[in-house]
Amino acid sequence: MSGVSTATAEDLSEATAPDRFWSRQRRLGAALVIIGLIAAVIFGSLAESATARFTLSEDAEGAALSINGQFGAILFGVIAVAAGGALLAGVAKRWQTLLLCLGIVAFVFSFLCWQVAGKFLPLVDTASGSLELALPLILGALAGVLCERSGVVNVAIEGQFLMGAFGAALVGTLATSVWAGVVSAIVGGVIIASLLAVLAIRFLVDQVVVGIVLNLFALGVTGFLYERLMQPDALKYNSPPRLPEWRIPGLADIPVVGPVLFETNLLVWLALILVVVIHLGLTRTRWGLRTRAVGEHPTAADTVGIRVRGLRYMNVLLGGVVAGAGGAYFTLVSTSAFNKNMTAGAGFIALAALIFGRWTPFGALGAALFFGFAQKLANYLSAVGSPVPNQFLNMLPYIATIVAVAGLVGRVRAPAADGVPYVKS
Amino acid sequence: MTTEAPAAPPEKEKAKEEKEESFLGLFLHNLWSANTVTVTILSIFLALVIGAVLIVVSDSAVLSTFSYFTARPSDALTGSWDLISRAYADLFKGAIFDPAAIQALFNGTGDWKTALNPLSETLTYAAPLVFTGLSVALAFRGGLFNIGGQGQAVIGCITAGVAGFAIGLPAGLHLVVALAAGLIGGALWGFLPGLLKARTGAHEVITTIMLNYTATLFLGWLILQNGIRDPERTDAISKTVDSSAILPAMPAPLRVHLGIVLAVIVTAGVAWLINRSSFGFELRAVGVNQNAAKTAGMSVAKTYTMLMVVAGGLAGLGGAVQVLGTADKLTGQVAGNIGFDGLLVALLGRNKPWGTLFAAILYGALRAGGNLMQVDVGISLELVTVLQALIVIFIAAPALVKAIFQLRDARSARLGTSMAKGW
Repeated sequence: MSGVSTATAEDLSEATAPDRFWSRQRRLGAALVIIGLIAAVIFGSLAESATARFTLSEDAEGAALSINGQFGAILFGVIAVAAGGALLAGVAKRWQTLLLCLGIVAFVFSFLCWQVAGKFLPLVDTASGSLELALPLILGALAGVLCERSGVVNVAIEGQFLMGAFGAALVGTLATSVWAGVVSAIVGGVIIASLLAVLAIRFLVDQVVVGIVLNLFALGVTGFLYERLMQPDALKYNSPPRLPEWRIPGLADIPVVGPVLFETNLLVWLALILVVVIHLGLTRTRWGLRTRAVGEHPTAADTVGIRVRGLRYMNVLLGGVVAGAGGAYFTLVSTSAFNKNMTAGAGFIALAALIFGRWTPFGALGAALFFGFAQKLANYLSAVGSPVPNQFLNMLPYIATIVAVAGLVGRVRAPAADGVPYVKS
Repeated sequence: MTTEAPAAPPEKEKAKEEKEESFLGLFLHNLWSANTVTVTILSIFLALVIGAVLIVVSDSAVLSTFSYFTARPSDALTGSWDLISRAYADLFKGAIFDPAAIQALFNGTGDWKTALNPLSETLTYAAPLVFTGLSVALAFRGGLFNIGGQGQAVIGCITAGVAGFAIGLPAGLHLVVALAAGLIGGALWGFLPGLLKARTGAHEVITTIMLNYTATLFLGWLILQNGIRDPERTDAISKTVDSSAILPAMPAPLRVHLGIVLAVIVTAGVAWLINRSSFGFELRAVGVNQNAAKTAGMSVAKTYTMLMVVAGGLAGLGGAVQVLGTADKLTGQVAGNIGFDGLLVALLGRNKPWGTLFAAILYGALRAGGNLMQVDVGISLELVTVLQALIVIFIAAPALVKAIFQLRDARSARLGTSMAKGW
């Protein structure tokens, strides 16, 4: 039972009485109606009656989708109310998710119409910025998928990011090679992962505790070496080269999608390919079947001859490789120098993306993109001068996470043996 | 646990044998076994050793002497030893006492304030950590992992600080009101994840982490607002807390204040709450086995919510002590890292109230000593973070310490790592 601690007393009663009036569908519907009304009334009344332009480029130029801000805010609010109403009235099960998504997207658009009224929002820039901000989250969440599907809770993603970022900056500078940087980022991630693996699998320490402590350890070690080595002599130790942007001719000329997906750095492609590879690996290969077996019921897996601990070691280390590569983003892509605690909690958001994405690679991708979008939007809106203070805009991803974890995804079920060390009896 | 059962008859004989041993023999026998005290001390020792390696590795002057190690090893060894011993001597001098100051005191040239200053610093840093540590420890006992101590402490800082400068009350009463404001603020910030956990099953690790960031951002916004911000300053800093709401402290250079006394009282209170009260019984029952607790008729949801409220209140009080005792105004970093350090303190104190108190004092000592080390030898304060993390890693993995030092099994097998629970 401890493995599924996300189920509560309410859930149990719901399972025995499925015909209760306030079913999950109705509750979600009611919530959608409320946020839709908020959007239509509050956003609508606050919005200027000026044109909101959503340009299909990286700046204010070019073709654009235009709508009157006030009208748009009200319109999309009403759509959210309608989606909620449909859920309240009751629809077939397969329409539920679609309606829910429609309602949330409409709410977001209503918010955008309010904020962008009289200004413009460059869609290509927003999309590529979201993808870039989502990049470490995708890789971190994938690392979490690898660990947790085999039954090891990975809270140390933040530490793996930091070590990866530090390793990339240090070795990348010393070797003056961006590829050496990427490799040492991976090594940094693996160092933390191997500590996690040994302590959690061999020494049976509580995995959440190990994760948290390893984060602090990574923070301390990188901060210490930063102050001792990098700060006194930044040129020698802390000026890594940037990861080059590559452009695939032909594909990059497709409007909107082209510049976002095909004119970017290698890490983005790596992340997107890894999503597919890990998905296929988990669902279609022997390794995936064994991983899932070990994560759900290690005793049964052991009985049929799967080496539980060995597989867990391997998956945690693979997770370290992926998360370490994610750490390279911070020093080789987003900025060009290491700084103390520069990951600033991205590892924890990746963890939330993992849970939000229900422990699946594509779910994690979607959740990471959502967080990336929220972050990008907060940056953009505070840059163009939004009436909402930028601290509150920056809260968006965090509050969205709480809402998502608390309600949106319903009952999230972790792998049954997640966090439970396996002791052969 | 299961391995102990068949060994019952020989154990009886062994017990007889041991009875005949002298007290000293027993003491020595137990000294090298994996009991709580030995493991704790060896953990600290191991952390210091690894810290020493880091110090040497990061010092380019000493490191260069290693390049001709085979030719003249004495250079490298004495260089390293000098550096390490100076660093750790500073750690001690900054945290407990400086022999030179004591000497001066005896000669009549010194000042008792200078002699006591290290201890004062230690206790000053320890005071808020006791509260945040107790917050985490209490939640742990009920099976919840309260990573939100940081956010709850930040909110406690805000409410206590605002109550400290926004309302005018007579001295004494004002202090009580400001402390209560911190308590309530933290409790509210703890109530939210508690409620979400109880109602929707949202995992408290995720929700509390997110609330940490939210609280910090809110603080960043709040101190820029009119009425909060100090009108005479241009930077982001709030007005100063009225002197009537400040925790009474020792005379001038000494910073230690009433917060540490309050911390001891609250520790006793939490010990009573966990071990003697009916709520404590319920929370321990839920923490050990929530299904059994449910079957026994306890409301798990209610216990979780109450637990987070109390834990949040404790962390909030820690924030209040920080503002009213040391900081006396709100800044973006007013809460420092007390919430996260509280986490380590609770783990080091093995989630027991009095253990947490001592762990907090140890952490306060490391922090106070680290300050002197940074000033004197120029070794970054981050080393203290590493030491703190390492100590907890070793404490949390007693099997590792046992393996490194080839310790005997402790007679009472209390050193289990039984907290493993998963999501």
